[in-house]
Amino acid sequence: MKIIVAVKQVPVRDSAIRVDAAGKWIEEEELSFEINEPDAYALEEALLLKDKHGGEVVVVCAGPERAGQTIREALAKGADRAIHIQCEDLVSLDTLALARRLASAVEAEKADLILTGLQSDDLGLGQTGVVMAEMLGIPHATIVMQVEILDGSVRVKRELEDGWFQWVRMPMPALVTIQSGISPLRYATLMGIKKAKTKPVRRIAPDQLPPPAPPAVRLERVYLPQRKKETQIIAGTPAEAAAKLADVLKFEVRVL
Amino acid sequence: MNGVLAILEYRGAWNRMSWEALAAGRQIAAAIGQPLAAAVAGANLEPAAADLAAQPLARAYTVCHGLLGEYTVDGYVAAFEQLIHSLDPLLVLFPHTYQVRDFAPRLAARFGQTLIADAIAIRLDSGRPVFVRQLLQGKLNADYTHNGAGPCFASLQAGAFRADAPEEAPADATCVVEQFVPRLEASQIRSQPGERFRESAQTVDLSAASLIVSVGRGIKERANLPIVRDLADALGAELAASRPICDNGWLPMERQVGSSGQTVSPKVYIAVGISGAIQHLVGMKGSKAVVAINKDENAPIFEVADYGIVGDLFEVVPALTAAVRKAKGA
Repeated sequence: MKIIVAVKQVPVRDSAIRVDAAGKWIEEEELSFEINEPDAYALEEALLLKDKHGGEVVVVCAGPERAGQTIREALAKGADRAIHIQCEDLVSLDTLALARRLASAVEAEKADLILTGLQSDDLGLGQTGVVMAEMLGIPHATIVMQVEILDGSVRVKRELEDGWFQWVRMPMPALVTIQSGISPLRYATLMGIKKAKTKPVRRIAPDQLPPPAPPAVRLERVYLPQRKKETQIIAGTPAEAAAKLADVLKFEVRVL
Repeated sequence: MNGVLAILEYRGAWNRMSWEALAAGRQIAAAIGQPLAAAVAGANLEPAAADLAAQPLARAYTVCHGLLGEYTVDGYVAAFEQLIHSLDPLLVLFPHTYQVRDFAPRLAARFGQTLIADAIAIRLDSGRPVFVRQLLQGKLNADYTHNGAGPCFASLQAGAFRADAPEEAPADATCVVEQFVPRLEASQIRSQPGERFRESAQTVDLSAASLIVSVGRGIKERANLPIVRDLADALGAELAASRPICDNGWLPMERQVGSSGQTVSPKVYIAVGISGAIQHLVGMKGSKAVVAINKDENAPIFEVADYGIVGDLFEVVPALTAAVRKAKGA
């Protein structure tokens, strides 16, 4: 079975974020980057399916040079090879343009299954996978907590609202977006890290990409949200602040 | 092209977020001087049609077909694609539900469009709608615009537009509800959905708790949980958590607060080491008072907090437990 995992590299979760001078995006210079968390779970699920059913796991990632680090980490964890769509213009693309790029990079692979995280931690649109499925003309299911392969079809447990679930069966090839926490993440072994260096990475250079169509949707500006609520910040040493907060709970909110 | 179309969600009963999408639609339709229509899909929509008839709408559509009785991506995309082609609206709005997340991006792509997902506000800038979205788990806001030809698709975050119930329509308001029967074949629908189910009977009902201490990623390790449990015990509060804590198995799933867990509205909600991703906030923003303890002063949790302590939870929480014990003893 051939499984493709689409991953994105995003700023490390607790990064201090600064808006860039043009107000169009964030200052990336001093940031560290890591694999988008839901994508890490998609990769884990792909590796588990490979452990069980055999086959190949191919990672695809669109991003600048630095995304190579995320790709190497995925290979070190056990992916067999990778496709790096080299591009610096991710922020100016809308989902449609990005999904087109990803779809065209993997189309010839004729994979049985494509997995990706349910959304990115940076833009959070939660739709790249879905639109990719549309571009490839294959069925999809989103927000999935469990994946089973049954002769030519895939059965997935979708998470719905308020603790509800539903099993959905689809013919393969299919695309599935994975929810975080589906199973514990593995670490790369030393052997894996060593092996990753020799695993093939196909690089698609920017000049090999068709020029993107004008975006249907544009990110015009980014800015710090304005506080809607006046938060009373309780200052002092931990002991002082704790004592003041206990007073608040007792005399203002009256719950003690 | 004209008009605003709100696509609502009904499965024997209305998804409450439908009214929020309608409220947003009403607001933006009035602002751009366009009529507002609503649509809903299903197999048996007579009760839904009756509800829509009493709404102050220019028109409503029940998209009816035997193959739409159980939700499938393929069925919904094909049906709404036909409706949108026939109505040619300027703007199509959805509530940002799990179901919408499943089909709306694909529907938009059919029209060569990108869904503006999970918008928290819409404002007008020189007559053009600007959609506000959150980035980086709520650390930043971003303005998005739609360009070029074709309908604009956008979904609206839960709670962004207030409406808990359908609008009280004037007594004489009558909206024509038209049935729209899409052409669908069983062979078009590739996925087979099973029954909806819940994992296990919930034994913890956090929705009734008046005091909740909730813990997030900031706790770092399972071994550190006793410090928040001690605080909960001192307060007589229920212990709850954000999703990653339950995903790790550190606390049972039934103690999870958020869009995929429980919705709570205690007198006091104390969020410990929780950054405040929107999926968590939607589950607790009905709390009467919110206290946040977090080392990052820019964490989005402070957006909804009434009281905050910016500091190391490993120092603050034990001190608070001691202070609570003392205050209770006094």
